[in-house]
Amino acid sequence: MTPRVTWAVARRVLQQLRRDPRTIALIIGVPCLLEFLLQQLFGRNSPVFQHVGAPLLGLFPFVTMFLVTSITMLRERTSGTLERLMTMPLAKVDVLAGYGIAFALLAVVQATVVSLLAFGLLGLEVAGPQWVVVALAVANAVLGSTLGLFVSAFAQTEFQAVQFMPAVVFPQFLLCGLFVARDEMATWLRWISAVFPLTYAYDALARAAADMLDARFALDVAIVCGCIVLALVLGAATLRRRTG
Amino acid sequence: MSDPAIRVDRLHVVRGGVDVLPELSCEVAGGSVTGLLGPSGSGKSTLIRAIVGVQQVAGGRVDVLGAPAGSPALRSRVGYMTQAPSVYGDLSVRENLRFFARVLGRDAASVERALADVSLEEYGDRIVNRLSGGQRARVSLATALLGEPDLLVLDEPTVGLDPLLRRDLWELFHRLADRGVTLLVSSHVMDEADRCDALLLLRDGKLLAAATPDELRAQTGEQQLDEAFLRLVEATG
Repeated sequence: MTPRVTWAVARRVLQQLRRDPRTIALIIGVPCLLEFLLQQLFGRNSPVFQHVGAPLLGLFPFVTMFLVTSITMLRERTSGTLERLMTMPLAKVDVLAGYGIAFALLAVVQATVVSLLAFGLLGLEVAGPQWVVVALAVANAVLGSTLGLFVSAFAQTEFQAVQFMPAVVFPQFLLCGLFVARDEMATWLRWISAVFPLTYAYDALARAAADMLDARFALDVAIVCGCIVLALVLGAATLRRRTG
Repeated sequence: MSDPAIRVDRLHVVRGGVDVLPELSCEVAGGSVTGLLGPSGSGKSTLIRAIVGVQQVAGGRVDVLGAPAGSPALRSRVGYMTQAPSVYGDLSVRENLRFFARVLGRDAASVERALADVSLEEYGDRIVNRLSGGQRARVSLATALLGEPDLLVLDEPTVGLDPLLRRDLWELFHRLADRGVTLLVSSHVMDEADRCDALLLLRDGKLLAAATPDELRAQTGEQQLDEAFLRLVEATG
């Protein structure tokens, strides 16, 4: 891994995003709109908004970055640019880390804007420090990016890549504990949710919102970070210098 | 002549269950412009991919500049232009070249030089997607030139270019060869064969001939190289 090359990849991905202001507007605007709708639907002081608001803020970057990364990477695979890069002096991890850094930076902007709106105008309250919620949102964005890089290897077209979003993300959303507490789930569902990274991402967010920054919180964060590394390793395995 | 820049020995490549290259052997002399000619589907791109080390091979051996194809040491010595222009369509020409220059550890001056080599100086700030097909191909070619490689492997670099530009590019190829660069250039148009120092004629994954244009004329008794190619095809059945 060469920092010069990693940064070159990150910079290029950001340049490509800058060329597409509509996508940036959607990435930042859609979670803002959803937070607003949620607040309007249930009311500023309702327990539902206060319960769902912070996890939504923290989990949304996961969904966005998963989708954006898997499509960008798929384009790189199908356009021949990846093949060209693979003949150049760069390590596979330079490509993956470059993508991770670019989308993490985008997630910093996304999470900051959404949190300013939610904590500021919309009256969302958390017992724990707000910056921890934002930091978790960025970690979840990186997790989404790395998973997106990995699954892009299994899609041949952009249509397929888009379908991976409901396939990979929705089950994790349903079972992460946001809709039904994990203790109240059927045992087999709880087992499934135990292997989903989003379960730990949600738990960390819920604990941060409740100001329970305990050992369990630290474990959640460690698991999320471990999943990022695992997804990177799996993603690197899908980047082949030689193809058929 | 010195050691060949490329030595392909009984290369066997299977793609999608089909023997694209059953058992191919050939050589490319160092410092030459060698044309890889044959109809589309003859296995040119597959051979090129094997030479730059991105093709899975079933057997045989490919040595490039004295090392097995695809060796890490070759990655900064071999320039590769894929058949489809593999550059980022949503970036400007210069942004593309600067990115690849950073990956290769080259400075901004090499970007400007590569732009001049392919006569795209005036298009540096244009978005690649808004360029014509031929201009896009030249951006892709400029990318291959960036690292000042010892070996340039170009897959159909002149497709869709007007005759004047094609002539300019072939002149560029020979200037590079004069500096000692080895070029392997594929084409499916036989009228480019005359511009090459040596020819590899490929059909159905088999090497029909490896000769200079003059040798080919003498061998077949035909003055036109496309006629010579036909003779060879008929002779081999």
